[in-house]
Amino acid sequence: MSQAEGIYALWLREFKVFTRERSRVVTSIFTPLLWIFVFGGGLGSAVNIGDVNYQVFVYPGILAMSVLFSSVFFGVYIVWDRKIDILKEVLVAPLSRTSIFVGKVLGGCTDSMIQAFVMLLISFGVGVYLSPSAFLLAILILFFMALSLVSTGLIIGSLMESPEGFNMIISFLVFPLFFFSGALFPLDNLPFWLAAITYIDPVTYGVDGLRTVTIGISRFPLYMDLAVLAVFATVMFTIGTRAFERMT
Amino acid sequence: MENAIETFDLTKRFKDLIAVDHLNAKIKQGEIFGLLGPNGAGKTTAISMLCTILRPTGGTATVNGYDILKEPDDVRKSIGIVFQQPSVDDILTGRENLRLHAMWYRVPKEIRDTRIDEVLELVGLKSRQHSLVKTYSGGMRRRLELARGLLHLPKVLFLDEPTLGLDPQTREHIWEYIEDLSEKREMTILLTTHYMEEADRLCDRIAIIDQGKIIVMDAPESLKHAVGGDIVCLKTGSSDTERFKKIDSVSKVEVEDDYIILTVRNASEHLQEILQVAGKIESVEIRPASLNDVFLSYTGKEIRVETGEGGIAQRIMRERTLR
Repeated sequence: MSQAEGIYALWLREFKVFTRERSRVVTSIFTPLLWIFVFGGGLGSAVNIGDVNYQVFVYPGILAMSVLFSSVFFGVYIVWDRKIDILKEVLVAPLSRTSIFVGKVLGGCTDSMIQAFVMLLISFGVGVYLSPSAFLLAILILFFMALSLVSTGLIIGSLMESPEGFNMIISFLVFPLFFFSGALFPLDNLPFWLAAITYIDPVTYGVDGLRTVTIGISRFPLYMDLAVLAVFATVMFTIGTRAFERMT
Repeated sequence: MENAIETFDLTKRFKDLIAVDHLNAKIKQGEIFGLLGPNGAGKTTAISMLCTILRPTGGTATVNGYDILKEPDDVRKSIGIVFQQPSVDDILTGRENLRLHAMWYRVPKEIRDTRIDEVLELVGLKSRQHSLVKTYSGGMRRRLELARGLLHLPKVLFLDEPTLGLDPQTREHIWEYIEDLSEKREMTILLTTHYMEEADRLCDRIAIIDQGKIIVMDAPESLKHAVGGDIVCLKTGSSDTERFKKIDSVSKVEVEDDYIILTVRNASEHLQEILQVAGKIESVEIRPASLNDVFLSYTGKEIRVETGEGGIAQRIMRERTLR
């Protein structure tokens, strides 16, 4: 396959950029830590959900949050690459648009998974003990999430004309996906309107799956979480390749 | 195959404007061809279509014999491009940038390193190859981009405003590289510029374009010849121009500030006559017609030069009167 090396080079570029922008890595891990230890720890001192402490309960939610934010941002970031001509250099290379998309997605997933891995190591700090199989399942779920959300970000990035719309994406996409996912609260006994929206939010199934494998609390069966995530990833990936075909 | 690039009624229409309007040109192999025109004339749009980044709304073109609509992948493999905007990765080293490019353009693994060494040598960046590009000066970045464009030995090289915003010394260097490439490697080069000197110095042929249309296309010398001769700049006490119009060799008389500007056939031969008519003068200057004069005579407008930092338009006429 003649495009394989091109895809590898695209991935390599993203990986090098990621490892060199250390401040970005540190920042992206710092915010989730605040959530877990300050928000989770603070609320946890007074609140239990069922018979688990709130800090433990919120941990898988924050895990999902860190992947959600870093993945979508990675994708939308190509708006800047387009504004200056870095992306153009790749677009005129003899690479198919699908290859460019795949290379970018792999790069974004790598970034997100490195962060997810660090976040998983922190589990011991909040008293969540993961078995090797739970760890691997969590990685699988987080990977599906990264795959679909990086694709989503890239689709938006390929459609956006200028970086000015960036804040809108945060307010109207990333935060709603996060808040409606049940990352911060249990999904049982929600008012009907809220429950309805959480069921539509694909991130809900990521959070639920992570909660199932890390702390044993679940709303849906694990196979259902995985199935929804797999479908979401496939759909977004497919739309993404189309969106890149059309991008100029 | 004789022509490296041929365009057939190549057209690009944006919503309410025609950026490139039925462009027809044939660029020979090994030629340095210049697209000269003011900002917004459609130069970059034309290049973008030839590089297959932008789809034409009408017509087509061939590059190295490949159709830009039907065989974009073959076109891309055979061309090198240096964009107007900087497009190297700041956070990577010079060599890393080149290595990624080599992989994207499928330069075989065995010769990759040798080729990278070669182009680094050519543009004189070998000693800085392992520094991050963000530590490079503007001229070094431009040279790196040029090196990158040459890495896969393209048959045709596109240069979009290759020396925009560079200092005169760096410009001179880049011009030398470009001339060298054309001579030693017989590369076809298509460049856009709004610097007259650049087009004049480098190009075998020039197309002057304005508002998406080719106004005239010829060798710089012939274009200048077509202006009707040399330019004689006089500073006299009187602004009476009628007297000069009676001289046979004078084809055009203009007034600019304190100066009377004459277009004269074989000025060196007729200077005596002109000076007699002029009477008492403070200064006189003769120079061959520049491409600015050409542009002026075909479009009635002057080309405005923009400095690299953007925004500050500066009239090339100033240079003419100061020189």
